[in-house]
Amino acid sequence: MEVLIHAENLTKQFIANGTQPHTAVSNLNLDVPQGEVLAFLGPNGAGKTTTVRMLTSILKPTGGRATIAGHDVVTEARRVRALVGHLTEFPGLYLRMQAREYLDFYGELYGMSRAARHARIDELTQQFGIADAANRRLSEFSKGMRQKVALIRSMLHSPRILFLDEPTSAMDPHSAKQVRDAVAQLRGQGHTVFLCTHNLYEAESLADRLAMIRKGNLIALGTAQELKTKFLGAPRIEIQLAKPLGQPWSAFTQNGLREKIRVEEFSETLLRYRTAEPNVTNPHLLKKLNEAGAEIVTVSETPQSLEQVYLKLVEEL
Amino acid sequence: MSEYAFAAPTAAESRTPLLAALRETVREALVITRRETRDSLRDWRILVPILILTLVFPWIMNFTTRVAIDFVEQYSATIIPIRLIPFGLMIVGFFPITFSLVIALETFVGEKERNSLEPLLGTPLSDASLYLGKLVAATALPLLASYLGIGAYLTWLYVTLQYVPDWIVLLQILLLTTMEALVMVTGAVVVSTHTTSVRAANLLASFIIIPMAFLLQIESVLLFWGNYNVLWFIIGALIVVDLIFIRMGIQTFNREEILAREVDEINPKRLGAKFVNEFRVNGKFSLRALYFSDLPRILSTNRLPILLTAAVLCVAFVAGWLYAAQFPMPPSLLQPLRVQQDFASNAAAGNMTFLPQINTPAIFMHNVRTLILSAILGIVSFGVLALLLLMVPVGIVGFLAAELASAGTNPLLFLTAFILPHGIFELPAATLATAFALRAGTSIISGTRRGERGGFINALADWAKVFLFIVLPLLLIAAFVEANITPRIAAFFFGG
Repeated sequence: MEVLIHAENLTKQFIANGTQPHTAVSNLNLDVPQGEVLAFLGPNGAGKTTTVRMLTSILKPTGGRATIAGHDVVTEARRVRALVGHLTEFPGLYLRMQAREYLDFYGELYGMSRAARHARIDELTQQFGIADAANRRLSEFSKGMRQKVALIRSMLHSPRILFLDEPTSAMDPHSAKQVRDAVAQLRGQGHTVFLCTHNLYEAESLADRLAMIRKGNLIALGTAQELKTKFLGAPRIEIQLAKPLGQPWSAFTQNGLREKIRVEEFSETLLRYRTAEPNVTNPHLLKKLNEAGAEIVTVSETPQSLEQVYLKLVEEL
Repeated sequence: MSEYAFAAPTAAESRTPLLAALRETVREALVITRRETRDSLRDWRILVPILILTLVFPWIMNFTTRVAIDFVEQYSATIIPIRLIPFGLMIVGFFPITFSLVIALETFVGEKERNSLEPLLGTPLSDASLYLGKLVAATALPLLASYLGIGAYLTWLYVTLQYVPDWIVLLQILLLTTMEALVMVTGAVVVSTHTTSVRAANLLASFIIIPMAFLLQIESVLLFWGNYNVLWFIIGALIVVDLIFIRMGIQTFNREEILAREVDEINPKRLGAKFVNEFRVNGKFSLRALYFSDLPRILSTNRLPILLTAAVLCVAFVAGWLYAAQFPMPPSLLQPLRVQQDFASNAAAGNMTFLPQINTPAIFMHNVRTLILSAILGIVSFGVLALLLLMVPVGIVGFLAAELASAGTNPLLFLTAFILPHGIFELPAATLATAFALRAGTSIISGTRRGERGGFINALADWAKVFLFIVLPLLLIAAFVEANITPRIAAFFFGG
């Protein structure tokens, strides 16, 4: 699959008069293929916005390089900016303008024809449920509606790659769901989405992979499950029986599963263990228990949240 | 690939990418200008005062003019109304353009403060288009109001007094108004790039308003004086200032500079620390390292301003010489140079009252004062006045040498006796001090990016280092030679 976002030792240092250089992003290496939603997580000041600004050709890297759909972010900056859609952290709207007029202005900046602009504005305002308000001044819009206008602005020119910085902040649950649906729809259409968010539920539910950045360094990259396994350990499974087994648990966990299971706790009717390969281990173990006539009440995975991973990485590393 | 990357270039433009780029820049700038102008027209806080200044103020001015004319004509002072009307034209034109400063600060730094600039920076829009579009938008509306105000005032004058203005003066006032509006807007951009809030920008705007107020007073004097030709020089100077500010604006109003600036950049304490830090070599003060490492590096990297200043020095001497050839002194006044025998002792005793006292401390302090003043003027004039001030004494020496030559004195002998002994030390000192003042002055408009070496603080520190550790010792030696040795040599060669 084509890599649409490629960063290679991407670095950004800011030099202020009379102070030491501040490294906002340090040697970032990242590949995002077409159609992937990548959630970019990190605490405030971690370097998320600076990374996005470099990848959208707004700021120039001071080290390394990056390409967007094969175009260098420094030497082909205009082309890169034409290729991407960028939802900024703050909506930054012109409140004296009408929504339609505002979007039309941005469409013109992207070189869209009048007919194309009008059709696209109609389509997107309809999709986000603000078509009826399109001729109202933006100053009359609620926070959520303003965020929707900003999102439409970033999608107006049908970009292949979208950089979304906190797209659902300040939105009510219904509006936030609309945005999440839109992101899911974009992924379905083959768009690549680079999603900066503090909302871990949103990140886990929308993203194919997650990247975590702290003090300018990429500290983790992978699927939610991979990150949980890597930083919280293998999934923890709990088996509850209706009545005690006639034989020790080891009779089931030793034979053929010894290397794959790490028992953490057990009693006559309870077994709690970790396994890195639940797809292989669990069916095998349950089959054995069934054959031994065990009355299984529940088999459940103890939830490991992304928040635990996030906090562990942010606080401990 | 995005469906709407760029507007398609025409066949001719495909052959000439520069033309296509220019067309695209203008197209984008016009989109920005249209939006900003529309935005300003929707803001009653801008529109109402402009309308008042355009429609009501000219009428009041006309009324005042008529009252003033009626009053002064009682005393047959007819010249006063003749001079008063162009002044009125200038005032009527100036008031509306003051709004250009407000609009410019709002459109440049206000957008930054409201976070509406970053979405714009994320579009394919070039930095130049954005700058140009905003520049035109901030200038056009107040300027249009100003022209309308002038038109309304002239119409009233014609209706009530049948006054028809001299078209040259009218043209001058229109040009002055236009250039002043541009100076305010381009100056506002420079101010905006150093701030992150409208409040800070408004405070810094006094650096634009105060010079403009002075300029208005000078123009008023010229208009009442009736010395209209001098206005052309002011128009020329304003054009130069406009060009300098536009260059500075283009250099600093770009994505990198706008977004990298998270706090108000002008921090005297931090700048002071940076200046002091420039005197450290490898983190510590060391006179040895300064003389053997830092100063040679500074001199080597500043060859261009040093050579340029030396060249200007030569030009000044030649110009002085040629000036003497063009305007020779009457032969009756010219005599071969003779110096009295007691010249040296008189000079040392301070008996030659028409000259500064000729002793080491007096000469030294005089030269130090002159070169420091030259540096200050050089900085505020972007280097120009530092060079001009150096040219004056050297030009006078050239002039004298030429006049003396025509009177039969050997000019080389004159230079050897009167200039060379202390000049060996003084001329390099003056050249170095001027060269580094020139660099400090030009560094303001050179558009050096933040943090890069070559900025104003670097240049100022280099000037200070060269001045303290090279120029001052040279001036001290030169002063001693000039007070004690030069008079004796002069007396030896030219003693009567």
